[in-house]
Amino acid sequence: MSATAKTSALPKVRAATTSLAGCFGCHMSFLDIDERILDLMQIVEFDRSPLTDIKHCGPCDIALIEGGCCNAENVHVLRELRANAKILVAVGACAINGGLPALRNSLDVGDILNEVYRTPDGAASNVPKDPELPLLFDKVYPVNEVVRVDYFIPGCPPSGDTIWKFLNDLILGRMPRLDPQLMHYD
Amino acid sequence: MMAAENDVVARVLRRRAEPTQLLQILREAQEELGWISPEAARAIASALDVPVTRVQSVVQFYSFLYDEPCGRYRILFSDNITYRMLGNRGLFEHMLKRLKLKRGEVSADGAVSVDLTSCTGMCDQGPALLVNNRPVTRMTARRVDEICDLVRDGLPVSEWPADFFRVEDHIRRAGGLLGPRYEPGSALKAAIAFGRQGMLDEMKRSNLRGRGGAGFVTSVKWESCRNAPGADRFVVCNADEGEPGTFKDRVLLSSFAERVFEGMAIAGFVVGAGKGLVYLRGEYQYLLEPLEAKLQAMRRERLLGASICGAQGFDFDIEIHLGAGAYVCGEESALIESLEGKPGKPRIRPPYPVTVGYLGKPTVVDNVETLANATDIAIHGGRDFAGRGTRHSSGSKVLSVSGDCARPGIYEYPFGVRIQQVLEDCGAGDVVAVQISGPSGVCLTPDEFRRQIAFEDVPSSGGFMVFGKDRDVFNVARNFAHFFAHESCGFCTPCRTGTALIRDALDKIADGRGSRYEINELMRLADLLKRTSLCGLGQTAGNPIRDTWLKFRPAYERRLIRGDFDPAVDLDAALARAREISGRDDAGAHIDTHIGAKA
Amino acid sequence: MTPPDSTILIDDVPVPFEPGQTILEAALEAGVFIPHLCFHPELGAHGSCRLCNVIVNGRNISACTMKAASGQEIEVDTWLGESAQAYRRTLVQMLFVEGNHFCPSCEKSGNCQLQALGYDSEMMTPHFVEFYPHRPVDASHPDVLLDLNRCILCELCVRASRDMDGKSVFALAGRGMASHIVVNSPSGKLGDTNFSATDKAAHVCPVGAILIKRVGFAKPIGQRRYDLEPISEEATPRREVEEAK
Repeated sequence: MSATAKTSALPKVRAATTSLAGCFGCHMSFLDIDERILDLMQIVEFDRSPLTDIKHCGPCDIALIEGGCCNAENVHVLRELRANAKILVAVGACAINGGLPALRNSLDVGDILNEVYRTPDGAASNVPKDPELPLLFDKVYPVNEVVRVDYFIPGCPPSGDTIWKFLNDLILGRMPRLDPQLMHYD
Repeated sequence: MMAAENDVVARVLRRRAEPTQLLQILREAQEELGWISPEAARAIASALDVPVTRVQSVVQFYSFLYDEPCGRYRILFSDNITYRMLGNRGLFEHMLKRLKLKRGEVSADGAVSVDLTSCTGMCDQGPALLVNNRPVTRMTARRVDEICDLVRDGLPVSEWPADFFRVEDHIRRAGGLLGPRYEPGSALKAAIAFGRQGMLDEMKRSNLRGRGGAGFVTSVKWESCRNAPGADRFVVCNADEGEPGTFKDRVLLSSFAERVFEGMAIAGFVVGAGKGLVYLRGEYQYLLEPLEAKLQAMRRERLLGASICGAQGFDFDIEIHLGAGAYVCGEESALIESLEGKPGKPRIRPPYPVTVGYLGKPTVVDNVETLANATDIAIHGGRDFAGRGTRHSSGSKVLSVSGDCARPGIYEYPFGVRIQQVLEDCGAGDVVAVQISGPSGVCLTPDEFRRQIAFEDVPSSGGFMVFGKDRDVFNVARNFAHFFAHESCGFCTPCRTGTALIRDALDKIADGRGSRYEINELMRLADLLKRTSLCGLGQTAGNPIRDTWLKFRPAYERRLIRGDFDPAVDLDAALARAREISGRDDAGAHIDTHIGAKA
Repeated sequence: MTPPDSTILIDDVPVPFEPGQTILEAALEAGVFIPHLCFHPELGAHGSCRLCNVIVNGRNISACTMKAASGQEIEVDTWLGESAQAYRRTLVQMLFVEGNHFCPSCEKSGNCQLQALGYDSEMMTPHFVEFYPHRPVDASHPDVLLDLNRCILCELCVRASRDMDGKSVFALAGRGMASHIVVNSPSGKLGDTNFSATDKAAHVCPVGAILIKRVGFAKPIGQRRYDLEPISEEATPRREVEEAK
């Protein structure tokens, strides 16, 4: 994809990104597109994203979601992006199946909280009660169990090349597909 | 293992010592012990010289075998849609409340547990339950109270009021099979007179097709078995009748047992089998004693055993095996697995049972009604039989009618009877739907009531459930979906997982959180299960949702949300545990689960 | 074109067969790939995974259980004109959501047949609502890990232990979605059995449920079995190759 005079005359594709219950590895992997980001910036403008630090999303074309939903705040953020984006993409294992955070799913979240906040003498638990804190769900939920998802990019993380291929396909109007070398769940 | 437990196990093992009898051994041990403890399982495994895991796999497969104590009184409410329509859930809740129990929970004193079970074949006299595998019919709130009192007082079930256990035949319309008075032995004598080949020819002329649902041509089955290589052969009577809404075999076994047994002997005569097995579903255990008595009487009259009716070389006897609560065992190869003391999982076919069946030998597996009809063919001849019914469906069909009708019960008609005729005869009023042949059959609308019960039009194994005009057909489909998920044997991927996904999707819709997304998923799953499942259970599991969505869309549409997607779970409920642990109930501790459904 | 007596047509390609072979066996021997999980050349057909479902003369059947016979026209990639990929993908998705298949930390990743079939069917997401079952991990054996989160109920270990090792270490218990592997020892633990890392049953698991200890991640990413070649293009018949662990 190269910058042309033609494409620079078109309105930019607006993209939003977020990491919910994710490690930001997928965001780091996105940045592995290295200097191709210069080409990308000719065509794409970022809305809400850790990269821009814009706090709330406006209407946009693509939303890239890293991480699953572990608490209520994740769902609020996810819903804002879903409501504003035409295309919503779940990126990486956590967004797609809950990933590593979802390893807690066969345990009781109450037991987990009590264990984590056990007082030093082990006698009781001091689970925070502050109303400003988001509460944990009983399980970590994949993004597609909370909102409708349009595309999925598997990987932990998907490589920069994989994300690049996907964005190319999507922005240029092709059906996104991954070659075998770009497709992996780990 | 406790001494008493030791004795029981030893006693059972003295009677039965083969691994193929494992299911019977476990049933009998459990009759006295109440459950199969790890020690009992080890003792049985050791005595049979099989790994203990073999015993575990059988115990954990069947609904009526328990590897945990389940109470001295194990009470199971029959939960098919027909019983729901009679108010069984209210009675179930009433009993739980009186006994202070949760569903499935064993009381602290170990006395009782109460749970639900699949249809027990008492739809014409429900609501019904099983207590320690004995059926109690005509349940009312008062009877619930009486049962709770009996449980509290510790009275043995054998001493409970006899009226609790009354099971009526309710034969409302008798035809060619149920109507005529029968002279015991007359069919056997007629078959002997025809000779083995002659009797097979009569079966061919009769065009009799299986009455259990599959509708296979019986004479083809018998001939294939007869011609299969090998010395030993078996005749198996499929009395598993697990299809919800079906209880016609129950009546045949209650009051026409000798015709079924003579039919088995005739099959044995034709195919060259010396042994017959009846696979009797666990829910009909109450029939075991009367059936054994009938067999004994027949043996005394030389209608069973060696040289039947004096015919040299015609030796045939019958053994009864009980099932233990698994609908899938109605499938003939799963049934054979169960007869061999294993979990009832269907076999790979080919080969079919007629060449490789029970113990690897050629085996005919026929439905109760099919075998009873063989006696009719012996007496009146095949041509006479073929002259009844329709051209492609000869003879009569015994229907078990239940649901919203004045006269539920047994109706026998020649094949070709129109559905509207049955509805008129049973006293159905304004009908919104009829489920023919159980959940694995079809759901018909009023403009289809002119159709005929016949293999070439609407085939039926006998179930005929009537839904009156105020019934919600969505609830019917949902009840059936729970049934299939509960009964899936778990062997093959699409059925094991697909029936669970279908059930969950319908539950989601019932919960007010379903959208067109769920409908699309359901149709896709129904298609996949039909194409790729190993046996009929999986292949037909999607039928109810497909039929009801296509023919009763408003029943779904009024439940769907406006948007095209709703979260998989109720997100506010998913915060409940964290609310509890952190002691919060403020606004931030809750979330609206439906936002985002407008996407 | 009617194929000669000992060939079948698979997606219009003539494939030879020996009498007695199943369609799957004939296909694999000829290098024609039909997805499968519960089949093993030394243990025979099982018929449970349903991945090998194909159309034969217009009907859906499993290729592992149907004997090859001349005149058969078999459709693998398209079924009566429409792509079969979506059906296979859905079966793989069902297996993924039924267990806890977390690839990033699994020692079998890159050598896993379930994962490879996910790639083969272009499974981008398990799609269905995850069941997140509670399944045990049994590390009691000194040499072999039993992690049932990954079990796909193919019963290869059951059959291998019973029919090849003569030990019957494993069995399948329960019904429906409650089906699970049980271990033949009084404690139910693998460490209390006579199971050995040299048993055939220790090496037949197509996924990461039975793993030899202390050899995890021996091959780096990029050099694992299915990094080198997609499962559909593997030249050598299944499982003859001693897997990279």
